[in-house]
Amino acid sequence: MGGAIIRLHLTERRQVLTKLSIMSGNLIDIQNLTFRRGERLIFDDLSLSIPRGSITAIMGPSGTGKTTLLKLIGGQEKPEAGQILIDGQDVVRMSRTELLALRKDIGMLFQASALFTDLSVFENVAFPLRVHTSLSEELIRDLVLMKLNAVGLRGARDLMPAELSGGMSRRVALARAIALDPNLIMYDEPFTGQDPIAMGVLVSLIKNLNQALATTSLLVSHDIHETVGIADQIFILADGRVIGSGTPAELRDSDSEMVSQFMHGKPDGPVPFHYPADDYQYDVVAGID
Amino acid sequence: MVLFLRRIGMRAFKFLAALGRASALWWSAMRWLPRLSELNLLIRQIYNVGYLSLVIVVLSAFSIGAVLALQFYTQLARFGAQEAVGVGLALVLLRELGPVVTALLFAGRAGSALTAEIGLMKTTEQLSSMEMMGVDPLRRIVAPRIWAGIISVPILTAIFNTVAIYGGVVVAIDWLGADAGGFWSGMQDVVDWWEDLAKGMFKSLVFAILVTWVAVFQGYDSEPTAEGMAMSTTRTVVISSVLILASDFLLTLVMYGDF
Repeated sequence: MGGAIIRLHLTERRQVLTKLSIMSGNLIDIQNLTFRRGERLIFDDLSLSIPRGSITAIMGPSGTGKTTLLKLIGGQEKPEAGQILIDGQDVVRMSRTELLALRKDIGMLFQASALFTDLSVFENVAFPLRVHTSLSEELIRDLVLMKLNAVGLRGARDLMPAELSGGMSRRVALARAIALDPNLIMYDEPFTGQDPIAMGVLVSLIKNLNQALATTSLLVSHDIHETVGIADQIFILADGRVIGSGTPAELRDSDSEMVSQFMHGKPDGPVPFHYPADDYQYDVVAGID
Repeated sequence: MVLFLRRIGMRAFKFLAALGRASALWWSAMRWLPRLSELNLLIRQIYNVGYLSLVIVVLSAFSIGAVLALQFYTQLARFGAQEAVGVGLALVLLRELGPVVTALLFAGRAGSALTAEIGLMKTTEQLSSMEMMGVDPLRRIVAPRIWAGIISVPILTAIFNTVAIYGGVVVAIDWLGADAGGFWSGMQDVVDWWEDLAKGMFKSLVFAILVTWVAVFQGYDSEPTAEGMAMSTTRTVVISSVLILASDFLLTLVMYGDF
């Protein structure tokens, strides 16, 4: 009896939360997130929300846990404390099966592209469709060609991942990430290591896909120029906290020294150029002990 | 002294932690029987770990059978008991050498390959991306490989035994001229299907589970670096070889020991 009441209470709570997040128009609500890797504190009471349908960028210096944040949202890592609500459901408290189901609605582009090396380009894009749907072979073919066409690689469908350039494999991975028309697409450093042409292609792809599929995009990057060009809102992380947030224009004119150092790429400032060390003169004079 | 004890303690702790992770992996992957729709994955893995190991197994089996026959023949000929070559060969192969050598070869040929494959999939985030697509890599990648090992090793052992006996026949009968009738009838009289054949095959089943388990765990648990991969593949071969030899002794003790 008592259990039933508690369960009822929980479902009710969940429904209220769902309504709240739909009303507030946020797809993702992160509340008071704390995460530690070993002894190191990565996130310290972090809270942020990602509005539905937007392109939101998470920026910050290397090593601030941007990729970790994506893994936390996808449920691949568990935080020490806090809530991560996607559509009102708390990812942190989901079972393995629930997580696997949730992820059908999330597309993720990995930094390393992560294509299955034993499958052709076509089969890579077809993979999620084959596993999660019972569509006919003909329909799968049509869908895969559509997705590949969207990234401009319909002609490369018979190639193997090893035969692709870095930019091409990232585009194939993108086609695979959108195969099931997800509600949320997460991009992990999509611009890293791309030549200027591939970079331009990716920037416009991310923008176009967000509009065409009416999804929410979450972008993790430290390439300021490209990110500023497409993001609706930006969060800048440092030392486990949000140190600045707002539209690109707001952040560019921010008074905060740290935000300004990051946005304008100054080599020294609140984030020091030098790794903590003894006094230089002392170090040199001391010699080898 | 304290430092020494602490180091031993840390080692033991690490070992227990790894054992726990390995058991969790086994449980998550092997909880379900493979579905009918996953049959093609299984067949592909049987091809990879089983069929592709055939060359090394057949070559080793033939030469081991031939060498054994040569040794048996020269020793037995001193007592004029050349026909007993057949019996000796069959017993040694079915009870011990067949299962053990096949499993050792399998660990070197297929076990290391499994570790490298899964380790590289992990390094290139293929396992992670599969997880993010809502597909359980333990079920899709790990389970078919374990099943393939469990199915392949006993079959490879049977092939090993057959080819090795044929190697013995070529040397003892065709070359050295032992009496074929005595060779075969001796074997038929003495070899018992339960005592020799079934128990030998049971051994190979145990070895199959040990080797594939170690191999997929080492791959799944490997450090995602070049150095980590090298360590994991080496560990697969070393650990599974030691496990094969140790468990063979135990199994022999339990199954054939008479006290």
